[in-house]
Amino acid sequence: MSVLLPGSRREALELLARSNGAAMPIAGGTDLLVHWPQRQEEHDRAYLDLSGIAELRPVEWTPDALVLGGLTTYWDVIRDARVGRELPLLAVAARQVGSIQIQTRGTWAGNIVNGSPAADGVPVLMAYDAVVVLESVAGREEVPLERFYEGYKQMRRRPDQLVVAIRIPRRPYTFQRFVKIGSRRAQAIAKVGLAVTHSAAGGGGWRVVAASVAPTIRRCPSIERLLEEQAAVHSPEELLPAIARDVTPIDDIRSTAEYRKLAMARVLFYDVFRGREQGAGSTDHGRRMTDNG
Amino acid sequence: MKRGPPSTGAAVQRREGLAKLTGRERYVDDLPLEDFLWGMTVRSPPPSPRGSITAIRFGRDVDWSQFVVVDHRDLPGPNVVYLIEQDQPVLAAGVVRHVHEPVLLLAHPDRDALRRAVHAVEVVVEPEAPVLDFRLPSRSDEIQYGPDNVLKHLRIEKGDVARALAQAPVVVEGEYETGAQEHVYLETQGMIAALEGEVLVIRGSMQCPYYVLNALKHALARDETRLRVIQTPTGGGFGGKEEFPSHLALHAALLALKAGRAVKMIYDRGEDMAATTKRHPARVRHRTGLTRDGRLLAQDIEVLLDGGAYVTLSPVVLSRGLIHAAGPYFCENVRIDGRAVFTNAVPFGAFRGFGAPQTLFACERHMDVIARTLGMDPALLRRVNLIRDGQSTATGQVINDGSDRVAVLERALDVSGWREKRRAHAAFNAARAPVRRGLGLATFYHGGGFTGGGEVYLKSRLQVAGLPDGRIEVRSANIEMGQGTLTVFTQIAADRLGLAPDAVVIAEADTARVPNSGPTVASRTTMVVGRLVERACDDLRRRLGLSESARGDSVRAALRDWHRAHPDQSLVGEVVYEKPPGINWDDATYRGDAYGAFAWAAYVAEVEVDLRTCAVRVTDFVAVQDIGKVINEILARGQVQGGVVQGIGWALMEECKWQDGAMVNNQLTNYIIPTSDDVPPIRVAFLETPYPHGAQGAKGLGELPIDGPAPAILNAIAEATGADPRTIPLTPERLMTIAEFGMRNAE
Repeated sequence: MSVLLPGSRREALELLARSNGAAMPIAGGTDLLVHWPQRQEEHDRAYLDLSGIAELRPVEWTPDALVLGGLTTYWDVIRDARVGRELPLLAVAARQVGSIQIQTRGTWAGNIVNGSPAADGVPVLMAYDAVVVLESVAGREEVPLERFYEGYKQMRRRPDQLVVAIRIPRRPYTFQRFVKIGSRRAQAIAKVGLAVTHSAAGGGGWRVVAASVAPTIRRCPSIERLLEEQAAVHSPEELLPAIARDVTPIDDIRSTAEYRKLAMARVLFYDVFRGREQGAGSTDHGRRMTDNG
Repeated sequence: MKRGPPSTGAAVQRREGLAKLTGRERYVDDLPLEDFLWGMTVRSPPPSPRGSITAIRFGRDVDWSQFVVVDHRDLPGPNVVYLIEQDQPVLAAGVVRHVHEPVLLLAHPDRDALRRAVHAVEVVVEPEAPVLDFRLPSRSDEIQYGPDNVLKHLRIEKGDVARALAQAPVVVEGEYETGAQEHVYLETQGMIAALEGEVLVIRGSMQCPYYVLNALKHALARDETRLRVIQTPTGGGFGGKEEFPSHLALHAALLALKAGRAVKMIYDRGEDMAATTKRHPARVRHRTGLTRDGRLLAQDIEVLLDGGAYVTLSPVVLSRGLIHAAGPYFCENVRIDGRAVFTNAVPFGAFRGFGAPQTLFACERHMDVIARTLGMDPALLRRVNLIRDGQSTATGQVINDGSDRVAVLERALDVSGWREKRRAHAAFNAARAPVRRGLGLATFYHGGGFTGGGEVYLKSRLQVAGLPDGRIEVRSANIEMGQGTLTVFTQIAADRLGLAPDAVVIAEADTARVPNSGPTVASRTTMVVGRLVERACDDLRRRLGLSESARGDSVRAALRDWHRAHPDQSLVGEVVYEKPPGINWDDATYRGDAYGAFAWAAYVAEVEVDLRTCAVRVTDFVAVQDIGKVINEILARGQVQGGVVQGIGWALMEECKWQDGAMVNNQLTNYIIPTSDDVPPIRVAFLETPYPHGAQGAKGLGELPIDGPAPAILNAIAEATGADPRTIPLTPERLMTIAEFGMRNAE
């Protein structure tokens, strides 16, 4: 194993370019650690340790966006009081990532490039129209998060590119909700994740983002259309056809396709379709669905 | 609450507590060790649970001359792990009966090189037809044990069940299933073997040093004088370190003998979960005859356990399961028929409760099914049927212990607010919100010590030595694994002789130094072995020529005087287990006094069920039990709370996912145990009706708390939702498939 220790963003990009994509960037290392004992083959490669690049860490508020750095952790966001006021789902989701130890090490950019369909951070970023800012020695590129994933663990990042920032537009929201259905109340991997927002501002509208029900985290256009059209929905079952068009849940070691579809329908029905009316005034932006309180 | 005078123990801290708290305690993997090899196991691969080994191929990328390699031909004695039946090989010899069966052992100084070498060995298995579902009868080509793959068949009969059922005004039937459970001790299995001169010394994490010694003696054909087994501080066991450590000790020993160097084997979590024992899966059927007002007339019970690929402890797990199957009730006519059957699954083994949690889950869930059928309050149904002093159990054991079982129930109802909460829940649920609430109850019992004549057969011996400095040393083979043996033995000995706790030394569980006081299992340590501590203290006092009332200063002075008069001699009080008078068991007819004493309990669980996700949250828990005597209240509460948490896991989330008879979710990422956030307040209360033959009046406690939570929780879910769940773990996925209450009802 070799570890590259760049001292600046510039140096990191040069090392990455020089390794011909062989070096794997590490931020918090939390995803890597999980499989470390089992994946012997991953021990024999080059790692690019980003931890020395202080400039990638801070959160920045501009007049029209919140910009997370490539090394911003969940904990950095939890501690930012403005996030709680303006983009609360970021904090709600961050608090449901692993344990507090993981929240203080794990990064938003790492959550994006790990590419897990069960990620907790990605759904809320996508529901806020986040844009991924990639950089290489050749220059910068911006990709909207909703178009970032191309398949299971496949994404629009070249091996020589680093995620240096995540830009989240600032908009007033009339509805914001994040729901994580886990196998227990803490330290769980999502069986279904849902992030839903509505903004009346220009370029806004409904965003319904689902996790753990498709090879990638993705928006649900059919469900969004029902919400845009203010369609009358009388039961969770009436949402099943739209869910079937939007996502493709499977049976796996954590849950079943049937459960995922039904739970998604019920949560959308009770928490979104029925919750539309009270959404604006509600301060309860998210819940663990094992939390019935 | 009845309470005796406080023992000196009230102020005794956990003896090894500070070392554990500060991280200074040395578990087997922490022991200093020089010039040693790591040992690892090559196992039979999926997907063939059963078959012949046709080839073992060593990869070309490894320099095998650097490795010590052991197979079944290296065994000096019979290739058998000594236990109830001698059917399980130490290392597979030509055939395998389950996935992950140990085939080869490898040792090397570098752990990473060893890991790569293990992956470079290919074990080729020619498959044969396996048995993978214990509920289905075996086809002839699947028979691998006896004529019918039945490992053990037992029957308990009392009265005339057929006639009573035929005449009963009401008959209620039910079928219940429970899943396997992984122990998840914090410290995985680990063992060091080293030759010290002629003596082969084993150090490791274990519950039963003498089981390990006997297994070594047998398979290594080595006499006891050249064997020594030392238990190292053990990070949890729960039965998982009852019989399994014998395997690992044998593996480490074979490598050490061949290498001529010390060998250390430490399982990682993945191997530990995949290859070691679990709780036996079970299916239990009830047919119960009753009067219309809920009095039991007949209980016809059929128990089926999945034994896995070898006999291991299945016969005795079945036995305890059957004896507890009828619940803590009186019924004139009882028939309990049980079988443990062979399957090609990784063998199941000892786990806290030892068969009783499975049968008591069925019994207590069935009581609520009966209550719903009769339209009766589940608490009243139990109160009507709880066994009274003078009445007999299914095996004909007359209960006469003075314990007030109705008072235990009443106290649980009071503390939980049973009546008020049930009213409040009914009103809450009538609002048809997506969240529903319910309260559930279980009344149950657990027999302390070995079943039937087991304690007589064990002939446990224990010593208390008097030291020249006025201290005493308790020498027993019973070990500390977090449950409090060191502290409780300290208290019992200190109280008996009127000494301060720090005047009591507990000897390391080292077979070269301590007699065989039996295994640390079966809720026997405090009740049975603790009583031996008291008697050995008495024997020591007799040897000092002191009267029975001598305590404190007079004992200390007599110890010093004796040693002054007998320089360089040792002074040892010693006792052997004696059967309490009036306890009789007939193993041939399965009748008589199954246990010296039962502890009695009533647990109440409160749940909230989210109908959107079918997630269940236990919101409150009350655990009331009569355990004879509480010797250390903090430790006793800890045992109950830990058992309840383990029960919540077993009831709601801990699911072993199987493929080819092996667990495939063998990591803590996907085998879900409760976190502290999944645990409600657990309110614990004790009643104390002393058992005259237990230490200070104590009965067994360790296993009792795992028997009640699962049925109490399922009963609460049934109450909250109107559903009728019969299977655990009741995951949200499973609850959603049976939940006819549906979202249409939630408005």
